Amino acid sequence: MTALSPQRPARRPRGSARGTALTAATWAIALLFVSPVLWLVLTAFKEENQAATDPPTLFFQPTLDRFTAVLGADFLPYAGNSLIATVASTVLVLVLGLPAAYALSIAPVKRTQDVLFFFISTKMLPVVAVVVPIYVAASWLSMLDNVWTLVVLYTAMNLPIAVWMLRSFFLEVPGAIVEAARVEGAGLGRILWSVMLPVMAPGIAATALICTIFAWNEFFFAVNLTAAQAATVPVFLTGFITSEGLFIAQLSAAAVMASLPIVVVGWTAQRQLVRGLSMGAVK
Amino acid sequence: MSAATAPAREAPAAPARRPEKERGRRAAGWARRAPLLPALVFLVATTQLPFLATIVYSLRSWNLLRPDSQAWVGLANYARVFTDRQFLGAAANTVLITASCVVVAMLLGIGLALLLDRPFRGRGVVRTMIITPFLVLPVATALLWKHIMFEPVFGLVNFVLGPLGAGDTDWVSQSPVLSVVVALVWQWTPFMTLLVLAGLQSQGRDVIEAGQVDGASRWQMFAWITLPHLRRYIELGVLLGSVYVVNTFDTIYMMTQGGPGTASSNLPFYIYQRTFLGFDIGQSAAMGVVVVVGTIIVAMLALRLIFRTFMNAQEART
Repeated sequence: MTALSPQRPARRPRGSARGTALTAATWAIALLFVSPVLWLVLTAFKEENQAATDPPTLFFQPTLDRFTAVLGADFLPYAGNSLIATVASTVLVLVLGLPAAYALSIAPVKRTQDVLFFFISTKMLPVVAVVVPIYVAASWLSMLDNVWTLVVLYTAMNLPIAVWMLRSFFLEVPGAIVEAARVEGAGLGRILWSVMLPVMAPGIAATALICTIFAWNEFFFAVNLTAAQAATVPVFLTGFITSEGLFIAQLSAAAVMASLPIVVVGWTAQRQLVRGLSMGAVK
Repeated sequence: MSAATAPAREAPAAPARRPEKERGRRAAGWARRAPLLPALVFLVATTQLPFLATIVYSLRSWNLLRPDSQAWVGLANYARVFTDRQFLGAAANTVLITASCVVVAMLLGIGLALLLDRPFRGRGVVRTMIITPFLVLPVATALLWKHIMFEPVFGLVNFVLGPLGAGDTDWVSQSPVLSVVVALVWQWTPFMTLLVLAGLQSQGRDVIEAGQVDGASRWQMFAWITLPHLRRYIELGVLLGSVYVVNTFDTIYMMTQGGPGTASSNLPFYIYQRTFLGFDIGQSAAMGVVVVVGTIIVAMLALRLIFRTFMNAQEART
């Protein structure tokens, strides 16, 4: 269609009617696209009787009562579990993934391609194919309803992708500075810590961001392996419906609070998000 | 750390007459490989071992409700998988949902990326808006679409489509698969957009300018220069998107519970039901194994097919 003006160099199409129309269209499409989220947020500030009306209520006196109700329904313990599962698994992914990605980024490791393929192929393994033994094992180890079980599983879930991403970022580090450090007798730890880490920081941040998003949002393991003690935010949201009946405004407030941490993190780290998502493909 | 200990343990085992050079090379090899090991061991332990256990379970009759019923049954569980109509229906739904979601999200993503890849007022804000659905908790996304967008009486979709005669259509009951796909497309389009946008922005300006000098039309430049350049980004998006969408569980759990009946059940949800509601471990393990084999085959075929079509269509047009 007409959307092909990227071909034009960074000249701003100011004054051209076509450019203005395209800009307006872009804005309209984006607003339409994001409107369900806007409506969700709007609904969270409504009274319950304003939340489900025909036609929909657009103007109203906003209230924070739904949010306080969600907090009163013990949101914080669930958020705490989510925080532990997300942060701990992301740290573990980096601890395991950084050395592995480093080893894979220096060419001489034999069969680098095979190992890389193995890593990504574990991602192709549907979780339903492993959930039964994991459930049984967790049950034997008395690790059901334990947040550290989720930490281990989320680490396994994110590690393959993280190794791929981190490897592509390692490949961007100029070989000369690593070689110089090695000649001067720096060990692996030194090279990783004081030579590569500063160069890699944005890439590591991107990887951590992606892992954080997927860990916070994970539902399958959380709903099947946890109960009252270790349940995370997505599980909280499901419990909200069954125990409270269907109160749309309150549900919206809960959904907003459950999503807010990741939305804020993602918004502020957009650059990292793009880098992380396009792992390997963008050099 | 283990880089230092590993060769030390290796050395005594080696014949004493082994040349010094050889030993040095072995040590260096271990030093290079050692950093890889923790991650490798961890992944084998958390993915391959459970999968082996799944294969073992799949050969047994084991229902948690009848603890004494355990026995080796050979391939009987597999025979039942392939005659289970609900399983086959769930498999078909999985393919349908994954393929339609990934293709539609990718097409929308390309469109949005092209719109975003030009300087205009408020570009940062627009990009922020477009990535937001990807960041919203998927469980919340499912609830949002079910109870706020698709709700028959008060839902926004019917309010907007009202003038077109949508009336009180109960989308989630009447078109459960479509409803799920819409929610998933909405959730995954930002991912595709960002990937394609990254591809567009990595495109060399010189190639484009050369094309302009040669008098190529916008469409020609898109088909001949931009699209081939985007190919690996599109491939990556389709591959990663498929890997995640195939495993979709939360959206179906929250929106339809696989229903009405089993109309919108996909494999993850159906196996979940067999495991955690039916307690039939042997049977669901066999399904798990079948799904793994199927995933590998379908992933390979679909990926190839999509790109052959994609690239042929593009060449045919030129």
